[in-house]
Amino acid sequence: MTDFTKVWVYLSASPLLFLTLTLAAFQAGSWIYERSGHKPFLNPVMTAVILLVAILTLTQTPYPAYFEGAQFVHFLLGPATVALAIPLYRQFERVRRSAVALLTSILCGSLTAIGTAVGLGWLLGASRDTLLALAPKSVTAPVAMGITEQLGGLPSLTAVLVILTGILGAVIGPMVLNLLRVRDWRARGLALGTASHGIGTARALQVNELAGAFSGLAMGLNALATAILLPVLWRVFF
Amino acid sequence: MLSALTLILICQLAGELITRFFGLPLPGPVAGMALLFALLVIRGSVPETVGTLGDVLLKNLSLLFVPAGVGVMAHLGLLGEDLLPIAVALIGSTVATIAMTGLLMSWLARNSLNAEATKADD
Repeated sequence: MTDFTKVWVYLSASPLLFLTLTLAAFQAGSWIYERSGHKPFLNPVMTAVILLVAILTLTQTPYPAYFEGAQFVHFLLGPATVALAIPLYRQFERVRRSAVALLTSILCGSLTAIGTAVGLGWLLGASRDTLLALAPKSVTAPVAMGITEQLGGLPSLTAVLVILTGILGAVIGPMVLNLLRVRDWRARGLALGTASHGIGTARALQVNELAGAFSGLAMGLNALATAILLPVLWRVFF
Repeated sequence: MLSALTLILICQLAGELITRFFGLPLPGPVAGMALLFALLVIRGSVPETVGTLGDVLLKNLSLLFVPAGVGVMAHLGLLGEDLLPIAVALIGSTVATIAMTGLLMSWLARNSLNAEATKADD
């Protein structure tokens, strides 16, 4: 046992261990998702997060130590966001043809996301810090954190609510859309990207490239709309 | 492949510089996405290596959210304090946003021809 502890101490000091564990946990999550026949509630991101939180808790590893290794994966979010231009370009003719419908839908979706999150939280007596972290929850993490900070809230709590929203959207989004009989790939992608940013977009891309292109676009435009609207709305209502 | 990676990183870096310089309320990579899109429009096609690299990155997009997701463990205390309002607001608002955006878009865009809009089966 002491030998194992020594090896663990040695390994956990280098980025290799937690980088490998991150990839392995995601592989395990994907395997379970495939084997289940793509059950939405077995979303691979969620499984991987649960596995890793369990491992870190059991080994008493603090999050910053884990992130030393995992940051190499995290870093690729930037280049992947840039790469969303590629499906957007490939589908641009279809995007252009529905530009008015698309902009109207994203704007209404953005207002719904802010209004219902703050409204429900306020009705149930959430603190001011929680409300400020809930308001931009549908927006991609870096923008949401910036908005909350600007309004005097807690960026780190915002990041957590953003990720939870993303997972939630990817898990229940397709079910909600099926229930409402929304079958147009453009509308499905737009809804996932507006409600649950990059994690919703990842899910949309897995299913259909047209949905992925609209989802990536919705993520970017919702970030822009929320960054402009939310500070104004917040000052009017609070 | 290396040239494609260089191009994507240059777009991201330029995006960071532009948003910081003009104080835009956008993350650098989203501005970088707009830049790469503009370059593709100017060129009129997606270079093969850029397309391949982009497909690899986007195929594995969900993996990239795992490190940030694990950050949930660092905030369990904060979450516990307002658990009920947070849970209701997250679920209610996500369902409402998806329903609003999805229904409105499929209604507004119903007339623009879209032969590929086949029935989704997931």
